[in-house]
Amino acid sequence: MNESLYGVMAEFAQPEQLLAAARAAYQAGYRKMDAYSPYAVEGVAEAIGFTKTRVPLVVLLGGIVGALTAYGMQWYSAAVSYPLNVGGRPLHSWPAFVPITFELTVLFAAIAGLIGMLAMNGLPKPYHPVFNAPEFKLASQTRFFLCIEADDHIFNTEEAAKFLHSLGPLSVVEVEK
Amino acid sequence: MNAQLEEPVVAPGYDNASVTKKITDVVLTRPVHRGWLAGLAVAFALLMMMNFAIGWLLLKGVGIWGVNVPVAWGFAITNFVWWIGIGHAGTFISAILLLLHQDWRTSINRFAEAMTLFAVACAGLFPLLHLGRPWVFYWLLPYPDTMGMWPQWRSALVWDVFAVGTYLTVSIIFWYVGLLPDVATMRDRAASKRVQMIYGILALGWRGSARHWKRFHIVYLLLAGLATPLVLSVHSVVSMDFAIAIVPGWHSTIFPPYFVAGAIFSGFAMVLTLAIPIRKFYHLEDFITIRHLENCAKIMLATGLMVAHGYITEGFMAWYSDDKFEIYLTLNRMFGPYAPAYWLLIFCNVGVNQLLWFKKIRTNPAVLFVIALFIQVGMWTERYVIVITSLHRDFLPSAWGIFHGTRWDWMTLIGSLGLFASLFFLFLRLLPAISISEMRDLVHKKSESAR
Repeated sequence: MNESLYGVMAEFAQPEQLLAAARAAYQAGYRKMDAYSPYAVEGVAEAIGFTKTRVPLVVLLGGIVGALTAYGMQWYSAAVSYPLNVGGRPLHSWPAFVPITFELTVLFAAIAGLIGMLAMNGLPKPYHPVFNAPEFKLASQTRFFLCIEADDHIFNTEEAAKFLHSLGPLSVVEVEK
Repeated sequence: MNAQLEEPVVAPGYDNASVTKKITDVVLTRPVHRGWLAGLAVAFALLMMMNFAIGWLLLKGVGIWGVNVPVAWGFAITNFVWWIGIGHAGTFISAILLLLHQDWRTSINRFAEAMTLFAVACAGLFPLLHLGRPWVFYWLLPYPDTMGMWPQWRSALVWDVFAVGTYLTVSIIFWYVGLLPDVATMRDRAASKRVQMIYGILALGWRGSARHWKRFHIVYLLLAGLATPLVLSVHSVVSMDFAIAIVPGWHSTIFPPYFVAGAIFSGFAMVLTLAIPIRKFYHLEDFITIRHLENCAKIMLATGLMVAHGYITEGFMAWYSDDKFEIYLTLNRMFGPYAPAYWLLIFCNVGVNQLLWFKKIRTNPAVLFVIALFIQVGMWTERYVIVITSLHRDFLPSAWGIFHGTRWDWMTLIGSLGLFASLFFLFLRLLPAISISEMRDLVHKKSESAR
């Protein structure tokens, strides 16, 4: 097998074709593959076997950390580190701590969401083998691509190419690493 | 039945390729136009005027502004509240309308978000300058300093620092996440290597993978969910700067909702002020249709009525409270030395706004543009009246005074418009002003439902 091969990629004109192709490839037993499209095509991620993402969990954790940080900081500074007696009013004046707790919850959750999304997507990644495909520039504009990757457990270059050809693509190309 | 009679949110006959081309061409292939250059030159000149005014301010101190006791909050706070309110419409469009599945938001959300960022940037300047010693602004933040001090958490002004800081950061994140797939498109369509490199770095290697899209959409929705309560909280916190004080005319529980409605009111006026020329000069009438303008006008009408309700409630509560200071304040606003400003705001926000009841007016871009300008003047005047009239005559007549903005006040205010416009002119030429990936999705869905 060709060591420098990343995968075999088919190009489609319509999102419906991509969806059908992704489903067919999953049926045929392929697991290591990815679809590329200029906008999110509904159902394609599920069709290639990607059903679960931990992004919401990361956002939730970010929010919880933000809330605890904000409230803890206010309580510690106002009641412990720098207690200020204002006419005998309570040092731990929780209602006044609510606005900043809310703001930092949102701030930490949003930052966690951004970093979590990028990290799980493996971005930033300036170089990726799929960019070697000749027409791949169109993946961000008009065309839809399905790439079966060479490290799939049943991958065979000729068979994968033949299989992709059977789905009615505009073209099928081999993608170098 | 009714849906077919409505104006479309995007003109028929577009597909992936033509949407992509039309939006990216504005940035990538369109030559620099004389009108754009002239606009940027004017805006930049105003910005330089502001820099001059700020330079003089730093040299001389805030005394060059008209502020003094009793009116210590002059233009700076008025401008701050006005600008940050304008920003709120951008978040409203991008976050709240996304959660409500309003597909007409798609073609205006990108530049509305840019408007938010630039408006918040303008807003942030004013309280910083008003500090008097802006170079020690970091004293407002909790950090381990050698003075052993902490910020006073019970102060609404400290809440403001966190609210505005969070708002700016979350707005940038939301905007940038939405931009990722679009800068990837720009990268792939760029003709020269250098342009390709710049957009390529911004795109972080986005390749449109189905897995990436899935995470992207989830995080985008979650950010919208976070931004929705955030936008309501920010202007509520701003209003608490006033409401927590015992000054007559400020100490009122209606302030948070009344300020939020006013913010969205003035923000949509700014959206129209920007959208109407943009769609004309860049020939984007097919994407920013009459339907968008009409919907913005409807939101303006609704929020304007809420603001009017706020004015009525303020008057009623002053009378009902039987508090002589509140009653005097209300009468002083209407008939005192600042009466012209008060009646100007009533004319703009309550009077002119009623024209939007008529469909003929809501669907006429030129008239809408003029109405939007009136409303922005009205909303600035409203904040001016709130800040100034309450302070200039409070409890003790011996402490009364009169405030007038100096030429430095006006130069800074008008200059901030220059800052906003300069940033916006650059944005139009450097980034896609309409979300391309969302437009493709919208065009695809529309063509499917038409089939």
